[in-house]
Amino acid sequence: MSATIPGSESARRPVASGERADGRRGTTPTLNVVRALLRKELLVELRTLESVPGMSLFAVTTFVVFHFALNRNSIDGDLAAGVLWVTLLFAAMLGVNRLFVADADQGGFDGFLLAPVERSAMLIAKLLALLVYLVVLELVAVPAFLLLLAPSSDHALCSLIGVLALGDVGIAAIGTLVAALAVRTRARDLLGPLLALPLLVPIVIGGARASSPLLVLGHAGSPAARWLLTLGLYDLVFGLIAYALFDFLLED
Amino acid sequence: MQIEQGLAESPAVPRRGGGDVAESRDAEAVRAVVELDRLVRRYGEREALSSVSLSLQERQTLVVFGPNGAGKTTLLRVLATLLRPHSGRVEVLGESIPERAWAVRGRIGLLGHEPLLYRELSARENLRFHARLHDVSRERVEQLLAAVQIDRRADEPIRTLSRGMVQRVAVARAVLHDPELLLLDEPHSNLDPAATELVEPLIGAASGRTRVICSHDPGGGLAEADLVLGLREGHPALLAPARDVDAATVTELYR
Amino acid sequence: MYGKGLRALSISTVVVIAIALALVFFWVPLEAEQGFLQKIFYVHVPLAIVALCGFIAGGIFAIQHLRTREAKWDFRSYVAIHMSLIFGVATLITGSIWAKGSWGHWWVWDEPTLVSFLIVFLLYATYQPLRFAIEDPERQSRYASVFAITAGAFVPLNFIAVRASTAYVHPRVLGATSNLPWQMSLTFLVSLLGMALLFTTLCKYELTAKHTRAQLRALRRLAERRTGTAETAVPRRGRSAAPSLHATAMSANAQHHAAEPGGARTGLR
Repeated sequence: MSATIPGSESARRPVASGERADGRRGTTPTLNVVRALLRKELLVELRTLESVPGMSLFAVTTFVVFHFALNRNSIDGDLAAGVLWVTLLFAAMLGVNRLFVADADQGGFDGFLLAPVERSAMLIAKLLALLVYLVVLELVAVPAFLLLLAPSSDHALCSLIGVLALGDVGIAAIGTLVAALAVRTRARDLLGPLLALPLLVPIVIGGARASSPLLVLGHAGSPAARWLLTLGLYDLVFGLIAYALFDFLLED
Repeated sequence: MQIEQGLAESPAVPRRGGGDVAESRDAEAVRAVVELDRLVRRYGEREALSSVSLSLQERQTLVVFGPNGAGKTTLLRVLATLLRPHSGRVEVLGESIPERAWAVRGRIGLLGHEPLLYRELSARENLRFHARLHDVSRERVEQLLAAVQIDRRADEPIRTLSRGMVQRVAVARAVLHDPELLLLDEPHSNLDPAATELVEPLIGAASGRTRVICSHDPGGGLAEADLVLGLREGHPALLAPARDVDAATVTELYR
Repeated sequence: MYGKGLRALSISTVVVIAIALALVFFWVPLEAEQGFLQKIFYVHVPLAIVALCGFIAGGIFAIQHLRTREAKWDFRSYVAIHMSLIFGVATLITGSIWAKGSWGHWWVWDEPTLVSFLIVFLLYATYQPLRFAIEDPERQSRYASVFAITAGAFVPLNFIAVRASTAYVHPRVLGATSNLPWQMSLTFLVSLLGMALLFTTLCKYELTAKHTRAQLRALRRLAERRTGTAETAVPRRGRSAAPSLHATAMSANAQHHAAEPGGARTGLR
């Protein structure tokens, strides 16, 4: 049985994607690569539960701490927006720290670099994974926040979700870039947040200012367009920058 | 003395099992799978590889000897396109590295010290992941799992397998995409004699692939070699066809 | 390569700064509201502008480094960012002094320039620790360049965001350069020029000094290789955050010849 394996031409059978006429495989289509990476990423996370439960628990605990630190039963407006965004940001840092650790420690970079693939596929896949983690985090944290700290505010949930989504993209883009930067350095857990937090200040500004009218007592307003624009512009610029620079971080 | 002589000769190697020198010169003109000309790779101020030149023909085996830190792994990683050469010319499978590295990645297989497998995923999941990256079919994954005899434990996480089993799965990963060039870093470490025999058709001489092997075993390594390279602190201290090298010469490298 | 023009640059720097100082202290009229303290404006704002340009220049040099992989670009990027960080600290200090003098507080959140400077400073303060945390020199340069480019793009974006969010409680004299009487504008421009020259001169000094040291090391290494004696032995460099201008900065010939000696003896081509 085993003797029939090596070098057999049948091994080169193509999968769904086309094979070139000369029988040699070209580069694997990026969409498939991203799918494979994302799948692997989520599978590992499901098995180890390293990131998401920690992030969510951290956020809820932080809300409790804020209750005692601020000595208030409920907050609204600017204060509420601030507490929410800062907590989400710090929880996100936990996820950012763990994003590339499995790959760095278990040879995931080499395995990927040896494959005939477009290298930015890893950026896209990791960014999407981090986005998924952030969304799950918010699914836990936002209701917890509204329950614990902002029960009386008339929250415009849909708009809030929109603002959070815009912010998440920026956090994911910078988070992925910084995570890749920090993971193969000596002080990897420290450098990640240290680099990411100043870079994410515009997100905090845009996100908090945009959310604050949504969390007021009584009638909720709508977010000012300029903040949504700030968030959008940030997402675009740093999304592109991350895409352009990521490959350089993967090389040895 | 033997070493100097080896260096003075041109690295053209006649095929194993005979053929005269003139014939081999023609073969050389056909296709060198690996062609290095004064390759230099630095690490800061130090030269990890200093001016390494050689030419390896199709289906031949180059065995690299040398003490730890001599640059063997660096050489392997340059050939695998994981490291860029700092100067000199590198051609793998006819393509110039690093400019055309993307064109040869799918045709090279690397088996290094790390198995490159995710510990929380099973052997099957790991291999399927790599199969998707290389655009290789699922059947091939199953074939290889059977070939290295992991199929019964293919669904358990890698961290529960013994080192020998992990190495077997790593071998499967390395040859999953049926590479033309195999780069092996001490491939038989962690493998018992039975397992070594098992993976022989995949990564051994019988596999018909061109191979570059880093080895610490003079006897075993020489037996497999067509061409021998000895590295000492990045310098090519020895480069000769295997028939001109004996175990004693190799051992001298380690002094 | 690096040293030429240094003397001319230094002299012009000293001259322009001297002129600027003279203008500031003896010629330009006092500003009505703030009096003598306002003169800090001629130091503080040029510092800020030059530092910001320096950070962006660091990003541009980093782009060149990633494109060409030559160590010299990483070098320039490092020196530019390094120097801008120093100028940045000076900006914060002078800004703080002015705030204290004008509004009684050592720090104000109402000046968007000052605030965005603080953020930019906090970001770039991680540049050196980042470099120090990576041992492989080539990877260090590459990662530093990625950082420099990201941070360089961040600077204008951050400025816009902070400006949009700051309430203008106090009149922003810092930014109101357009409404100044001509004497003040002239003095300001002269100061700006002086500051820019100072920055460039200091950078050039640092680049030249490091480059000379690197050449010296390379020569000593060459000597060590040929003679192999203990006297010429080159001490190993410890871990460092500064980029090493190793042989790539030297002419390709020097490197090539360095590799020859062993080969020539044994007949290897």
